[in-house]
Amino acid sequence: MSDTSYDMAALSAKHSDAGAASRLKKRYWAEWRLKAYGVFAILLAAAALVILVYTIVAKTLTVTNEYYISLDVQMEASDRQMTTLTDGNPDTSVDLKGPLRDALRDAANTDLKGRKARPLYDLVSRFEGYELGGIIEANPDVLGSSYHYEALLDDSVQLYLKGDFGFLEDAGSRGNLTIKPGESDDQVILEMPTNALGQARLAMREDRSQEGRVFRRSAQDQERAFNETQALLDDATDPAEKERLQGLLDGFDAQQKDLFGRADAALNAATDQQHVFTLRGDDPSVFIRVNKGWIKITELASERMVGTIMDPLDSMDAAAEGSWKALLLETPESVRQINDRQALWLENFKREDRLVTHFNKRVLLSSDSSNAELAGIWGALIGSFWTMMVTFGLVFPIGVMASIYLEEFAPKNRVTDFIEVNINNLAAVPSIVFGLLGLTILLSGVKLFGVDLFDGLLKTIAEDPRSTPLAGGVVLALMSLPTIIIAARASIKAVPPSIRDAALGLGASKLQTSTHHVLPLAMPGILTGSIIAMAQALGETAPLIIIGMNSFIQDPPGGPLDKANVLPSLIYLWNNNSERLFDGKTAVAISVLLIFLILMNALAVVLRKRFERRW
Amino acid sequence: MLSLALLGIVIIAIVGYVMARGRALSISGGAEAALHSRPGYHGLFTFMTVLLIGLAAYIVTNLVGTWYLGSTMRSALTGIDPTIEGLQAETILSDARNLATGGIVSATDAMREELSKVYASTNGLRIWIVAIAAIVASVLALLWALKQIASDFRARNKTETIFRTILWTTAAIAIVTTVGIFLSLIGETLNFFSGVLEWRIDKFLFGTTWSPLSGVHTGEMSADKVGAVPLFVGTLMITLIAMLVAIPVGLFAAVYLSEFATPRVRAWAKPMLEILAGIPTVVYGFFAATTVAPFMVGTGAALGLTVEAESALAAGIVMGVMIIPFISSLSDDVINAVPQSLRDGSYGLGATKAETITKVVLPAALPGIVSASLLGISRAVGETMIVVMAVGQSANLTFNPLEKVTTVTVQITMLILGDTEADTAAGPAYTLGFALFAATLALNIFALRIVRKYRQKYD
Repeated sequence: MSDTSYDMAALSAKHSDAGAASRLKKRYWAEWRLKAYGVFAILLAAAALVILVYTIVAKTLTVTNEYYISLDVQMEASDRQMTTLTDGNPDTSVDLKGPLRDALRDAANTDLKGRKARPLYDLVSRFEGYELGGIIEANPDVLGSSYHYEALLDDSVQLYLKGDFGFLEDAGSRGNLTIKPGESDDQVILEMPTNALGQARLAMREDRSQEGRVFRRSAQDQERAFNETQALLDDATDPAEKERLQGLLDGFDAQQKDLFGRADAALNAATDQQHVFTLRGDDPSVFIRVNKGWIKITELASERMVGTIMDPLDSMDAAAEGSWKALLLETPESVRQINDRQALWLENFKREDRLVTHFNKRVLLSSDSSNAELAGIWGALIGSFWTMMVTFGLVFPIGVMASIYLEEFAPKNRVTDFIEVNINNLAAVPSIVFGLLGLTILLSGVKLFGVDLFDGLLKTIAEDPRSTPLAGGVVLALMSLPTIIIAARASIKAVPPSIRDAALGLGASKLQTSTHHVLPLAMPGILTGSIIAMAQALGETAPLIIIGMNSFIQDPPGGPLDKANVLPSLIYLWNNNSERLFDGKTAVAISVLLIFLILMNALAVVLRKRFERRW
Repeated sequence: MLSLALLGIVIIAIVGYVMARGRALSISGGAEAALHSRPGYHGLFTFMTVLLIGLAAYIVTNLVGTWYLGSTMRSALTGIDPTIEGLQAETILSDARNLATGGIVSATDAMREELSKVYASTNGLRIWIVAIAAIVASVLALLWALKQIASDFRARNKTETIFRTILWTTAAIAIVTTVGIFLSLIGETLNFFSGVLEWRIDKFLFGTTWSPLSGVHTGEMSADKVGAVPLFVGTLMITLIAMLVAIPVGLFAAVYLSEFATPRVRAWAKPMLEILAGIPTVVYGFFAATTVAPFMVGTGAALGLTVEAESALAAGIVMGVMIIPFISSLSDDVINAVPQSLRDGSYGLGATKAETITKVVLPAALPGIVSASLLGISRAVGETMIVVMAVGQSANLTFNPLEKVTTVTVQITMLILGDTEADTAAGPAYTLGFALFAATLALNIFALRIVRKYRQKYD
């Protein structure tokens, strides 16, 4: 390469011609692209975080308020109930559902009795009667008086009032309405101008055209089965087989015709302006409020309706525009948990200002319950607290001592190497395996080749350690030990050797050097690492549900030996529950968990900023 | 009573500290320099001796006592009715225990009453023996330790030996844990291999039908129904989807943050990724099940595809998001560990920044990135909550990510949490656990070895 002489002019030309410029442009374009990928990746991660947080906050906000109905309850209790109430034992309670039901019937202004009144009683949460019993127990003076009480509404009512099943909307209350008696006592025939109830008719038309499309599509899907059978029939030779296939074919044919017929009927109904709609359970509901009563529409034509009286009317007088109202509830009765009758009662209560909302303290301050409207996270929060106490009490001293040994004392030999490899591997063992470890070693005992090696270790401490914070805490301690050791070793390593040398030079022993000088200087770092490890343990779920901390537990645990849930396992438990109100409550549990995690991490950051020394 | 005994041990130990210190002082006769160790160390030595010997006596007698109590109860039960055994015997014994301690019992009858009397008397005996043994042992230890005190007694060295032994023990807990994991998994696994499988391990590893509890009620569990291939395929598919999300996003984010980003961008992007890493998996599971899966179903329907609500896709994507910060922070570390001289050399030759990154930095960091990805895979394979909450429970051998699948961790959880008797469900569950443990361990060791090799190259 030494002999080669360059033609500098040619080289210079080559590096400044158009080709070079375009090459350079390409190279910078590649750089721009790489940068763009990076920005895109970060934005993607940020978007995921934002969507996640938004989902949880939005769901949390759906349960920040809860609905009550304000009632005037005539406080009465039977003699037998009174003996229980006055026995001085706060554990026995009495279900005063009688007075509550009377108050509800008063409020709804109905004389329904027995099973027919069930839907009315079901509006209120199931344990409100006991609450009333508790009130009398606490204050017998209210007995015999009319007591103003706000009763919690059932979970499906809570969802309905929040609009989960849609709201009652104006269905087009225009023109004058005339009312005529119908064929039976509770039937009426209503007449109104053509332009009235436009929204209701529009909703019905949409419903029917949707239905028509569905029928048409399934009829078209029949085509394939039809063709395949036809092909089989063409190939078939055996007369019996032929007959069977022909029978099938005829069946398909009839079915298809029927479906097409239905589709046409439904589509006709959707387009025909004069069509008389018959309202079924899977159609939107239409109600008329007139003369202080309620009518539910069963037949809807353009100028005429047939309805059933749900709440009696004052009179059968015609109503002028503005004095009557048509309302539409688009969600069909068959898919909402609130039926038409209940919806109208609730509408009445709303008009009488009987429905009140309060901030939902219950979801934070009460414990788990099978009734969604009563469930709260308190018990699980206490369970998490005890579990964390056990974990921290074990893992902090053990972790610190182990790291001092490994950093300050351990000879460089095979055993030490083996310990280090073990610690690194343990840090990456899946958490569910730690659950299995806890389940055998701590709870049920280890068997090898059918021989019992030893019983569950925790059985020597507690009679039944399953599902207790003690068991959970020990499992989490084993799990977070590697994390703490790794963090603690790093901060012990960061203490400069000069400190050790000075202490040793003044005659301190190795242990004195470690405990009096190195450890205090490394402590902020160790604490930071421990808090972060604790935050991880607080969110851990899989090992805890394996050792049984996912059971339904109604009372907050009084200590680490009581059965308990933790917040993450409560989230898992509620997420499995089909009651929809639990969806929002799960989000509350998640929010609380995340708040604790943020606080712990913030504490770690503050500790690091304030106390950590750079040498 | 037993906690009183523990308290007694501690009190004797504290008394020992005070006495030993006083005695050492009086031996020295005011001239502390005459002592080998300072009086406090004499006290501490006595304290530790009493505490350790007392606790050891307590634990040993308690273990023996508990064992004796159990065998007495069992022989008492066989004495009354030799036909009762197994689960029924356990229930009766626990009832007897609860009768004696005032717990909740399933039934009360003469036999249980009688057994509860046996329990009460034996248990009383056990408690007394444990308490007396613990106290006597600590007093003896105290006397012995006090006798040792002399001006040339090397109390400090002895105390430090004790402490050093304790420190070593705590470090060895890591080994004990590993052994514990192995022990707890291997027993049931071997049981399962020898029982249901009759050592046809190939049927477990390569069989394609997973329905381990189908013959439980008739007592005919078949080796042909415990083929774990559908679970392995499901796990791998979800892992693959997760990695397709996590590796590109994590890697590009790491490259951008370490090579291009201004300090201001780094100041918000790094904490953002840390928050993503700190979110508990159960929250990701909730997100997958309630937001992502319905969204996938809706999008699929709009595109004319049938996406099942418990598809591998939703769980895989959310798992990928979970692993992004893991990949990005590990890759960030290895990219930063590439010596600056390599970059400078590349710039000196006229390469652009992007060329330096793709042709010099990334190849140099490749072993680290590979090992980060392997660790990420091991995480995805072992991840439980996201899949438990977002994918199905029935085994379905398919390679279509839009269909329902199930994973190893889901099956373990379902088998353990299910209603089936613990002994029956434990076999397949622990065997799967063992397979999971072995697989992740192999991945980790492999990944760490790559990292170690790579480090040697540049140090």
